[in-house]
Amino acid sequence: MSTMKLALVHTKYSLLETMRVPIAVVGNVVFPAFVLLLFVVPQSAIAADPQLATQAVISVAIFAGMSNALFSFGLNISEEREKPWDPYVRTLPISGMVRVLGYIFSIGLIGFVSLIPVVVIGAVMTAAEASAGRVVFGLISLTVAMLPFMLIGICLGYALSSKAAIAVVQVVMFSLAFIGGLLLPPALFAPWLNTLSTFFPSRQVRELVIWAVQGGDLAPWAWIGILGWTAVMLALALLLFRRDEGRRFR
Amino acid sequence: MTALVKLDRVSRRFGEALALDNVSLEIEPGRIVGLLGPNGAGKTTLLSLVQGLRRASSGTVKLFGGNPADARNRTLLGCTPQETALPATLRVREVIDFVGAHFANAVARDHLAEEFGLTDLLARQAGSLSGGQKRRLSVALAFVGRPRLVLLDEPTTGLDVDARRTLWAAVRRQQDAGATVVITSHYLEEIEALAERVLVMSEGRVLVDNDLSAVLDQVGLRLMRLTTSQPDAVLALGGVVDARAESDGSHTFFVQDADAVVTQVVRAGIPFSGLTVRGATLEEAFLTLTAEKGA
Repeated sequence: MSTMKLALVHTKYSLLETMRVPIAVVGNVVFPAFVLLLFVVPQSAIAADPQLATQAVISVAIFAGMSNALFSFGLNISEEREKPWDPYVRTLPISGMVRVLGYIFSIGLIGFVSLIPVVVIGAVMTAAEASAGRVVFGLISLTVAMLPFMLIGICLGYALSSKAAIAVVQVVMFSLAFIGGLLLPPALFAPWLNTLSTFFPSRQVRELVIWAVQGGDLAPWAWIGILGWTAVMLALALLLFRRDEGRRFR
Repeated sequence: MTALVKLDRVSRRFGEALALDNVSLEIEPGRIVGLLGPNGAGKTTLLSLVQGLRRASSGTVKLFGGNPADARNRTLLGCTPQETALPATLRVREVIDFVGAHFANAVARDHLAEEFGLTDLLARQAGSLSGGQKRRLSVALAFVGRPRLVLLDEPTTGLDVDARRTLWAAVRRQQDAGATVVITSHYLEEIEALAERVLVMSEGRVLVDNDLSAVLDQVGLRLMRLTTSQPDAVLALGGVVDARAESDGSHTFFVQDADAVVTQVVRAGIPFSGLTVRGATLEEAFLTLTAEKGA
């Protein structure tokens, strides 16, 4: 049985499970739209400027994607590991790769759906502008660029208990959002902070998506950084999966 | 024929606690193996090593000749989730299909459902099933992939007599169809009903590994309690294994056949009063077993 086929099977049943509790899906999908409505739309200085508004919509989209990736993966996996169904699934003849891909597809799909209202609200209620082709390109680049965050979430999920995961994920998410220039634009950063920022995936993803939507030059450190973080985090996720023995008590 | 499972001097620690203590054993195809022991004896730890869920602290565990942590060695292994583990929002049909998707040659869903009495439940969400129905589904899942080795961990704990017998019958049919079943239990009755070979475990060690009949002789003791002025005379009778003085002045005797011993007590003219007889619990049987070994 091929890894990809089985990963899709896991994706299907994971989505089925999620869909049976519709409010969970609604919450995930509506949250980013709320952030945009509350923090960007009312600020006319940003919302009325096409350049700034577009970047603000992109920042919210990345913030949304990042929080979905970190929260959903970190919390789902750490919770699943504490349920007795998980050790059973681990006795089935499947590799760690199947589980990890299954999580990426199912949670990634919900995260992707949550971006649609952000794009719609951005287009209708702010001065943000981009051609349809650019928006699609931006969404694709954002989807690919979410990989490092998904994998960071997976690592946290396998490394921590669910209670610890909630605390750690929040700290990690806000640190990454700040250092990546999603809360304050990097233009306001001190030079040393700006340099430090380029080493973090949140900043690298921001540059990639802005490049995809608004054009211009893409600094090599952005895509090299994303590839590097993805490779390292994938290796770490698989290592943690193999080491995992379910619940750990002292 | 090569062994399905081979443990070679396997120990497993959890921090300070030693859950398995230098266990060596082999499981060959063909006979239902019963793993009997009180809670905390190491039965579940042993299974989790064979399932690849945990690693041994020392020694080697082989499943179908390979490392159980490698997914490829688990294609012919069938396990059961705990009945509380089933994904509550999925339908019975979906749970069976999900597990079946992992095996190249899975049993048809309807056939499996019929075998385990799930046909009328296929459209129900797993969370809505009764305890017995969940157990049947859990056990059925172990057989989806046409396994050669099936590990059932306490499959009928908490079930009523009827539900238990239905499940036992299904397990026996699967065994006849070619799967080798390993079943853990702390009920002697369950092991008696199913197993042909019995391993008795206590405190992480295998105390006894023998045919069912031989083990029953060892652990199938009765407790005979009475007040008498001549306890030593009773202990000297045939079929009396052990004796224990109680705080109220009476004595409890561990006996193989209570009827025969009572007859002997009467024939020998030993004075007694307040006679009660009951089955020994497994713990009590194990205590006498370990005591005999130590003596």
